[in-house]
Amino acid sequence: MAEKSAKKEKIARQPMPEQPADVRRRNFEEVPTGYTTETAVLEAQRCLQCKKPACVSGCPVGVDIPDFIKSIAENDFKGAIRKIWEKNSLPAVCGRVCPQEIQCEGLCIVGKKGEPVAIGNLERFVADMERGSGSDEIPAKASPTGKKVAVVGSGPAGLTVAGDLLLKGHDVTLFEAFHKTGGVLVYGIPEFRLPKDIVASEVAMLEKIGLKIECNMVVGSIVSIDELFEEGYDAVFIGVGAGLPRFLNIPGEDLIGIYSANEYLTRANLMKGYLFPEYDTPIIRGKNVIVFGAGNVSMDSARTAMRLGADRVRIVYRRSREEMPARAAEIHHAEEEGIEFHLLTAPVRFIGDEDGRLKQLEGLKMELGEPDESGRRRPVPIEGSEFLMDCDLAVVAVGANANPLLTQSDEEITLNKWGYIVADEETGKTTKKGVWAGGDIVTGSATVILAMGAGRKAADSIHEYLTLGW
Amino acid sequence: MFKIVKREEMAQGTVIMNEIEAPRIAAKAKPGQFVILKANETGERIPLTISDSDAEKGTLTIIYMVVGKSTAIFKELQVGEGFQDVIGPLGKPTHIEKLGNVVCVGGGTGVAVLYPITRAFKEAENKVISIIGSRTKDLLILEDKMKAASDEIHVCTDDGSYGHKGFVTEVLKDVLDNNKIDLVVAIGPVPMMKFVSKITETYKVKTLVSLNPIMIDGTGMCGGCRVSVGGKTQFACVDGPEFDGHQVDYDGLMTRLRAYQEDEKKAYDEHCRLTGAK
Ligand SMILES: Cc1cc2nc3c(=O)[nH]c(=O)nc-3n(C[C@H](O)[C@H](O)[C@H](O)COP(=O)(O)OP(=O)(O)OC[C@H]3O[C@@H](n4cnc5c(N)ncnc54)[C@H](O)[C@@H]3O)c2cc1C
Ligand SMILES: Cc1cc2nc3c(=O)[nH]c(=O)nc-3n(C[C@H](O)[C@H](O)[C@H](O)COP(=O)(O)OP(=O)(O)OC[C@H]3O[C@@H](n4cnc5c(N)ncnc54)[C@H](O)[C@@H]3O)c2cc1C
Ligand code: SF4
Ligand code: SF4
Ligand code: FES
Repeated sequence: MAEKSAKKEKIARQPMPEQPADVRRRNFEEVPTGYTTETAVLEAQRCLQCKKPACVSGCPVGVDIPDFIKSIAENDFKGAIRKIWEKNSLPAVCGRVCPQEIQCEGLCIVGKKGEPVAIGNLERFVADMERGSGSDEIPAKASPTGKKVAVVGSGPAGLTVAGDLLLKGHDVTLFEAFHKTGGVLVYGIPEFRLPKDIVASEVAMLEKIGLKIECNMVVGSIVSIDELFEEGYDAVFIGVGAGLPRFLNIPGEDLIGIYSANEYLTRANLMKGYLFPEYDTPIIRGKNVIVFGAGNVSMDSARTAMRLGADRVRIVYRRSREEMPARAAEIHHAEEEGIEFHLLTAPVRFIGDEDGRLKQLEGLKMELGEPDESGRRRPVPIEGSEFLMDCDLAVVAVGANANPLLTQSDEEITLNKWGYIVADEETGKTTKKGVWAGGDIVTGSATVILAMGAGRKAADSIHEYLTLGW
Repeated sequence: MFKIVKREEMAQGTVIMNEIEAPRIAAKAKPGQFVILKANETGERIPLTISDSDAEKGTLTIIYMVVGKSTAIFKELQVGEGFQDVIGPLGKPTHIEKLGNVVCVGGGTGVAVLYPITRAFKEAENKVISIIGSRTKDLLILEDKMKAASDEIHVCTDDGSYGHKGFVTEVLKDVLDNNKIDLVVAIGPVPMMKFVSKITETYKVKTLVSLNPIMIDGTGMCGGCRVSVGGKTQFACVDGPEFDGHQVDYDGLMTRLRAYQEDEKKAYDEHCRLTGAK
C-alpha cells in the first residue's frame, strides 16, 4: 500500500467553486466561478494518460483529452488550447454545457473507482485563460478557394460549419433570423449558466478569420435556398434548430401568465427582460411559479424565475425522478436554490381571474404503471386525486418540434414524419443537391456538442464537394 | 442600420409615417405582410405592417400610432437616423384574387394596414368599396390614398366632425343591404373587427381580419402570438396575421393584449418624464 501511494499520491477531484446558493438564486451572474491555475494543474495531474483513452470515445467530436490535459499539467495552457481547437471550436461553451457525466467523463477510467477527471472543468479553464489573455492568435487558414458557402442558422451547428470552412479557405456567410448570433446559446441557455460575452467572443473570433454575418435574415421568407444559389453560393448548410414550442393543450393555456419556455427564456436572455425597464422588453415576474417538464430547459426556466424574484418555484413533472432528463448537476443546482419538485403530477387545466390572469392550476396525481415502448414506466392518473395549486406564472417546457418556416419553403428537401430534415448521418447531405443540414433540425432537440459534431461532418463533406464534386 | 429617408407626422403627431431603406425586404414585400423593428440595442422588437413598398427605390413604409415607450422612441427618430434592426417580410401575404365586390373597412391606424390590401384588390379588378373611420376628423389618416385605391369611399367619425357621424359598422350594414358583397376585409381596433365580423356573419359574407397580438420573434418560435381561431391555436406571425373573422376568439386576443399593461405604462411614463415627451 505504502509503495503505491508513493508512486502516485491520490489527489481528490478538485471541486468547482460556486456562488453560494442563497446568493446566486437572486442574481444572474455565472454560478460556477472557475478553477484557479493551481486547482487546474492539480486536477490535470489526476489524469492517468491512458494509452487507449476511453474518455475520447465518449466525446462526440473526439477531443484529444489526455494530450490537452497533459499540457495543463505541464503549465502549457497555450498548448492545451491549441490541442482542443483541433477538434472543438467552442471549448468555453462545451466546457460549461456538455453533459460530461454521460460523455467524456462518463467513460473516464478514473471514474470507475472514484470520481472521474473533471474534463469539462479543465476545458473551460483553458478556454477562459485564452480568452482572458488578450491574445489575437487565430488558427491558420488555407488560401482562398473562391467558393461561397451560405450557412443558415447561427447555433452551435452553424458556427462549427462556418469555422471549419473558413479555415479551409472558403468564403462563408452566416444568415441568422434573430438580430443576434448564437442560437440557443444566446436566446435559450441563461446568462448564469453561459455568459453571453463568451458566445460573442467566439463569434468575434470567427469574424476575425473572415466570417460574414447577416442577421435579421429569415431564410425561407426573405430569401429562399434557390435564391441563395442564384446569388452565387456554391453550397448551403441548414442549421436552424428545433424552434417550435410544444404546449400542454389543456384548457386555460391562453391566460396571461403562461409562457412557452422559448418565449420566457427569449424574453429573459436575448431581450434582457431581467433588466426591464432599462431594456424595453417586459417579462412577467411571478411570485408563485410553476414550470412543466424536467429537462435542462425547465431547470433553466425555474432558476430564471427564482432570479426574477419568485417566492416559490415548483417543477411539475408527470413521471418520477429517475426519468427526469435534465443533467444531474442542473437538478442539483436547482434544488440547492430552493426549487421544489412535484413529481408524478400532471396538469389538468389552468384557472384565471376576472382579468384573464393565471391564478391556479388544477393538477392530478399519477402513479407508475407498466413500462411503455421507451421502456419507461408509464405514468397513469390516480382517479379522484385532483387538487389545486396557486400560481401566477407558468412556463411550459415540455419539448420542441421542428419549425416548418424554412423547411416548407423548399420541396426538394425531404422531411421525416416529424418534420425534421432527412440528412445522411455521415455527411449531413440532404436530398437536395448542394444542401447540407445538421443539429437539432435533423436530430430533434439534442445537445450542443452533437450539433457541433454534425457541423464538423457536414463541413468535411461540403469541402469535399467544393473540391471534388457531389 | 436601416435609414429613414422620409418622415411625416399625421393625425396631430399621434401617428407617424416612416419610409425606410431596406432593399432586400422591399423586393419581397406583399400586401398583408409585416416587419419587426428594433430601434437600438436595448429596444423591444415591435411588429408593424408594411404599409407600402417600392422595390425600385428599395424602401418600405410603416405607419404607426404612438401608444407606448417603444413607439415613442420610434417617433424620436428623424430622417437620416434609423432602426438598428428591421426583419421581414413576415407573415402570410393576403390572398388577392378577382372576386367581384370587396368591402375594405378600416379604423384608426388599421387604415395603414388596410391600404396596401385595398390597392391590391383594386388592381386585381375588383370593385372596392372602402369604409374608414376614426374618433375625430384630425385623427383620420390616408383618406386620399384610400380614395385613390377605391371605387367608392365612406368616411365616418365617432363625433361627427367629418363625414358620417357614427361607427364604420353602421355604414357597413347599409353597404351590405344594398350590394352583393363577396368579401369584407376589416382591420382596426380589436372591438371594431369583432363587431364587423358579427355583422357580416348575419349576412353570411366571408370576412378577413388582421390580428395584432404581442410578438417577439415573428417566426413561429415562441408561441407568444397565439390566438384561438375556430377553437384551434394559431400563431399569428406565421399562420396569419390574417384570419377568417368569423372564427377568431376576439375576447381572448383582447385579454392577451393586456398582459404587460402596468409595466408598459410605468416604462412609458418614466420615458416621458425623462425626455419631456407629452
Ligand atoms: C434552454 C435550453 C437549455 C439547454 N441546455 C443544454 C445544455 O446544458 N447542454 C447541451 O449540450 N445542450 C443544451 N441544450 C440543447 C442545445 O442548446 C441544442 O441542442 C443546440 O443549441 C442545437 O444547436 P443547433 O445549431 O442545431 O440549433 P440552435 O442552437 O437552435 O440554432 C438555430 C439558429 O437558427 C436560427 N434560425 C431558425 N430559423 C431560421 C431561418 N429560417 N433563417 C435563418 N436562421 C434561422 C435560429 O434563430 C437560431 O439562432 C439546451 C437547449 C435549450 C433550449
Ligand atoms: C402583425 C402586426 C402588425 C401591426 N401593425 C401595426 C401598424 O401598422 N401600425 C400600428 O400603429 N400598430 C401596428 N401594430 C401594433 C404595434 O405593434 C403596437 O402598437 C406596438 O407594439 C406598441 O408598442 P409600444 O411599446 O409603443 O406600446 P406598449 O407600451 O407595448 O403598449 C401600449 C398599449 O398598446 C397595447 N399594445 C401592446 N402591444 C400591442 C400590439 N402588438 N398590438 C396592439 N396593441 C398593443 C398595450 O396593451 C398597451 O395598452 C401591429 C401589430 C402586429 C402584431
Ligand atoms: S467537447 Fe464536451 S464531451 Fe468533448 S471533451 Fe469537451 S466537454 Fe467532454
Ligand atoms: S480516461 Fe480519464 S484518466 Fe484516462 S486519459 Fe481519459 S481523462 Fe485521463
Ligand atoms: S411571435 Fe413568436 S411565435 Fe409568433
